[in-house]
Amino acid sequence: MAESSAGAVELKRVIKNFGEVQAVKGVDLTVEAGSFLTLLGPSGCGKTTILRMVAGLGQPSSGEIWIKGRRIDSVPIHKRNLGLVFQNYALFPHKTIFDNIAFGLRYRNVPKAEIRERVARALEIVRLPGVEKRFPAQLSGGQQQRIALARAVVIEPDVLLLDEPLSALDANLREEMRVELKRIQRELGITTIFVTHDQAEALALSDKVVVMSNGLKEQEGHPEEIYNHPASRFVAEFLGNANLLQGTVEAEGVRLPDGTLLPVEERNGFAPGTPCDVVIRAERILLAEQHRPEAGTAVVDGRVRALDYQGVAARYFVDALGTSLQVINPIDEQPLRDGAAVQLRIRARDCVLLSKDS
Amino acid sequence: MGSAMARALAQDEGVDARPWVLLAPALLALFLLMVVPMAIIFVFTFYEYIDVAVDRPAFQFENWRWFFEDSFYHYAIWQTLRISAITTLVCALLGFVPAYFIANTTYRHKWLLMLLLILPFWVSFIIRQLSWVHVLGSQGIVNAALLWLGVIDEPLRLLYNEATVVMGLVHFLLPFMILNIYVSLEGIDRNLVSAARTLGCTEWQAFREVTLPLSLPGLAAGSLLCFVLAGGSYVTPLILGGPDNFLFGNLIYDTIMMELNWPMGATLSVVLLVLLGSLVVIYGRFMGLSRLYKSLN
Ligand SMILES: Nc1ncnc2c1ncn2[C@@H]1O[C@H](COP(=O)(O)OP(=O)(O)OP(=O)(O)O)[C@@H](O)[C@H]1O
Ligand SMILES: [Mg+2]
Repeated sequence: MAESSAGAVELKRVIKNFGEVQAVKGVDLTVEAGSFLTLLGPSGCGKTTILRMVAGLGQPSSGEIWIKGRRIDSVPIHKRNLGLVFQNYALFPHKTIFDNIAFGLRYRNVPKAEIRERVARALEIVRLPGVEKRFPAQLSGGQQQRIALARAVVIEPDVLLLDEPLSALDANLREEMRVELKRIQRELGITTIFVTHDQAEALALSDKVVVMSNGLKEQEGHPEEIYNHPASRFVAEFLGNANLLQGTVEAEGVRLPDGTLLPVEERNGFAPGTPCDVVIRAERILLAEQHRPEAGTAVVDGRVRALDYQGVAARYFVDALGTSLQVINPIDEQPLRDGAAVQLRIRARDCVLLSKDS
Repeated sequence: MGSAMARALAQDEGVDARPWVLLAPALLALFLLMVVPMAIIFVFTFYEYIDVAVDRPAFQFENWRWFFEDSFYHYAIWQTLRISAITTLVCALLGFVPAYFIANTTYRHKWLLMLLLILPFWVSFIIRQLSWVHVLGSQGIVNAALLWLGVIDEPLRLLYNEATVVMGLVHFLLPFMILNIYVSLEGIDRNLVSAARTLGCTEWQAFREVTLPLSLPGLAAGSLLCFVLAGGSYVTPLILGGPDNFLFGNLIYDTIMMELNWPMGATLSVVLLVLLGSLVVIYGRFMGLSRLYKSLN
């Protein structure tokens, strides 16, 4: 089996049924060696189920799972050599930090002296040296999460599997750990599958994001690609704040029901006359009292109806184009007043066309 | 009114008196029904035994001297501890499997299994113990079946030995053990076993590394309960034991009910109380009693 062409992890038409419920409905997935892949999706879309099948904690109902060119469906869990990190850390409460991290090494028959060395090195990697003798309960949540990570990477697994590892941490710690996690993953060059329902985490960490809904893959790609070019309504709405407008494709752009013509850059092969959806990200619309008309942009009038002050930026709800639009703009000194008459600038390249049925 | 008073109290003293107000009825009941009778029994240990059913208030140590000098009592203590220990061990070994099963089953109606566990308590304890006579007695089904099959010519003597006493006690105590182990198994995070498995453990190794050590508190609580209840029982040996298979409780029963020697009976009662009570204290010292209380809920 040629390892270079195949990914480090491959799922082929994997299906998982729980009785009547089909949790995973035929998913293909390729994770490149050394890369960071994120499974992103709302609660119950089957992310954990996929991760557990890769780990061996659940058998696929059908389909194949390959790791490093080896089919592992029938390989028992303890022989798969994977590092799994749980949302609730799952550290052994009755064992010291040293014993927790050394656990996997002991079962790999690593000599004692080397175990000591590797545990110390793992603790340095997660920046918690010197806690060997403590018990998990004596560490903070963030520290426990680091130990869980150390325990998973110390065995030099073929793949690191992370199931919402940051979701139990508070907001600040979460961002800090996010940076840490990325640093550790880079440093070790370890193939990683990360599960989350937090889009910010997915966009910040991943080489590739796979958006899932309802047991199916919606879209996969580089974070920027997913964010800028959502392939479906679901992806557009799940990531960030998006406005969805209905319209009809014309030769020069998209005609909205109120008569406005929105310019578009890529028509995605839509024939004129086709009804479609237009996605415009909230932060791509620019508000001002007055805009100078330019080629390839639409300038429309609107009125601020409500705003959501966020410090750096504000989220405005603006009545325009015959509907209510969300607009996120940075604040320069003062946010726009409630009820202010404004003009909205919409650029052609920020309008993404979606077919009606997606 | 009570709560207003409690609040006033709390403000005056800077402590919250409300818990004490709420606890008062229970404490009062405990005091009247437990502490006072036990104090009376303790006083009785110093009374003088004159003749059957006749005793005289006194302050002397004759009863205690008897207890410390008569090796028969010492033998009874040894036998009680031994039978209780065997019973506890058997309960632990037999109880772990069903507890593990109930904790880990994916069967949807778990409550049904719990109900089955509690079901025996709906039948009188005495009847449950007596039922063994119909199973193992000379006219019981085991003997009847063996006779009918022609394996034996006359009924075997299966009852009235130490083994049947232990069996009766296990019959009575097993649910307590199962419940205690179940509670601690149920409290173990499933992910711990999964974590151990991905780190290289086989199923059995994961059990040894994670499940077993983390279930020890429940095992200990169940063992304490079984040991204390077995050590204090007297009905089971009465029904299922032979003349030699008595427990300390039987001595107390005989002393009080047959010999009508209340001072000596009181003395023996205090001995048993101290013996089993000290076990509870030792356990509380090492494991904490909150565990025990948790599993009883
Ligand atoms: N053991 C199980 N038995 C029955 N159904 C299950 C089981 N595990 C998961 N499911 C179902 O499969 C679906 C997917 O579950 P899964 O745990 O993979 O979701 P998830 O994407 O990880 O969600 P979350 O973000 O909430 O963790 C859900 O509808 C869930 O109810
Ligand atoms: Mg999940």
